[in-house]
Amino acid sequence: MNNNIPLISLGFMLNGQGVSIDVEPRELLVDVLRDRLGLTGTKRSCDVEICGACTVLVDGLPVSSCSYLAADVEGRDVVTIEGLAQEGRLDPVQRAFVKYGAMQCGFCTPGMVLAVKALLTLHPHPSTETIRHFLRGNICRCTGYVKIIEAVKDLAEHQSGH
Amino acid sequence: MLPARFCLHRPSTTAEALALLAEHGDEATPYAGGTEILVAMKARVVNYRHVVDLKRVDPLRGVIRRGDGTIVIGSLSTHHELANDPLIREFLPAYAEMSENIANIRVRVVGTLGGNLCFAEPHADPPTLLCALDASVVLAGISGERIVSMADFIQGDFATARHDGELLVRVEIPPLESGARAAYRSFGQLERPAAGVAAVHLAGGTWRFWAGALVSKPIMLAETAEEIDQRAGRIDAHGDLHGSAKYKRHLVGVLARRAMRACLT
Repeated sequence: MNNNIPLISLGFMLNGQGVSIDVEPRELLVDVLRDRLGLTGTKRSCDVEICGACTVLVDGLPVSSCSYLAADVEGRDVVTIEGLAQEGRLDPVQRAFVKYGAMQCGFCTPGMVLAVKALLTLHPHPSTETIRHFLRGNICRCTGYVKIIEAVKDLAEHQSGH
Repeated sequence: MLPARFCLHRPSTTAEALALLAEHGDEATPYAGGTEILVAMKARVVNYRHVVDLKRVDPLRGVIRRGDGTIVIGSLSTHHELANDPLIREFLPAYAEMSENIANIRVRVVGTLGGNLCFAEPHADPPTLLCALDASVVLAGISGERIVSMADFIQGDFATARHDGELLVRVEIPPLESGARAAYRSFGQLERPAAGVAAVHLAGGTWRFWAGALVSKPIMLAETAEEIDQRAGRIDAHGDLHGSAKYKRHLVGVLARRAMRACLT
């Protein structure tokens, strides 16, 4: 099927559960997540690492799954938007987005939420400038940025920890 | 879009990686973060039958400071790692600041300095500052290592002094003389800088300015701010999708002043 190029046996953690799957070396993470594992919350849009719709977390840091080889998550911890809610309860970031109505069409929202998740891990109490800088790489074509930044500011003020 | 089919090789030493590159010649490419090469391969602008993943070659990681003050950066270091590296932040704060402003957080988390330099996209931030800092790159080949100054490394659009089969293994930045300050400022409407200017304020009060993204590689501008003002209309610049030559020349003047102000405060 593929000119004698061997498949790669891939093992990684996905939303807290171990996954084993054979992939072609060229397969992209976004396709494996969406088309082979059925997790369609991760969106493909620009396909060139600019828009942020395909953001997932790898070992807690955001990556563009559209331009990331699935083979490169071997042994790593991947979190998609489907993995944030715990025991039926939305993650605090998701709750803040709901509270502030921080979405319009919703297409950028999964990537936006995961970016914010990473932001608050790296900067538990970010300044407005830090929030804007960090989210620069997540584009909302509805231009609904104000509510998003308000939601993140609320989280930053009320987040527990230092 | 998917890249064309390729074999993925995962060497764990530099020697193994070099042997793979030698074996497969121009059918092979080194691969690190992939933020540049994967996008090009997806667009089928380039096609490689063999992709040599360097991420398991641990000696290419990390930052050290030699006894003489030279900062040595392993080529697999990501922009995010460099922005937060304690040695870089202490001894090269201008580099940490520049690194924190490359593209977006996802590119910084994945993209490596070595990949950025070897891809040699003219609209990039690190080469301009590295030229101003008098940095060099070390290239490893089957027959040994050679050192090339940053000013000579990038030769044109997507073209470098690296030969096929060589790997960029580290970047060396000599210490700034005591009291010298450096800063980098860039501006762009797109993901990449339309223009970037690095300024180094030397202890004697003289300046060194480099500009990037104006033409196909970084260029040294002038030694004084007055010279930049006088020459602004004649600085070599190409118009492209990031702006006209005239616009870029205007940016250089603005960015040079911003970089100077950052050096002096």
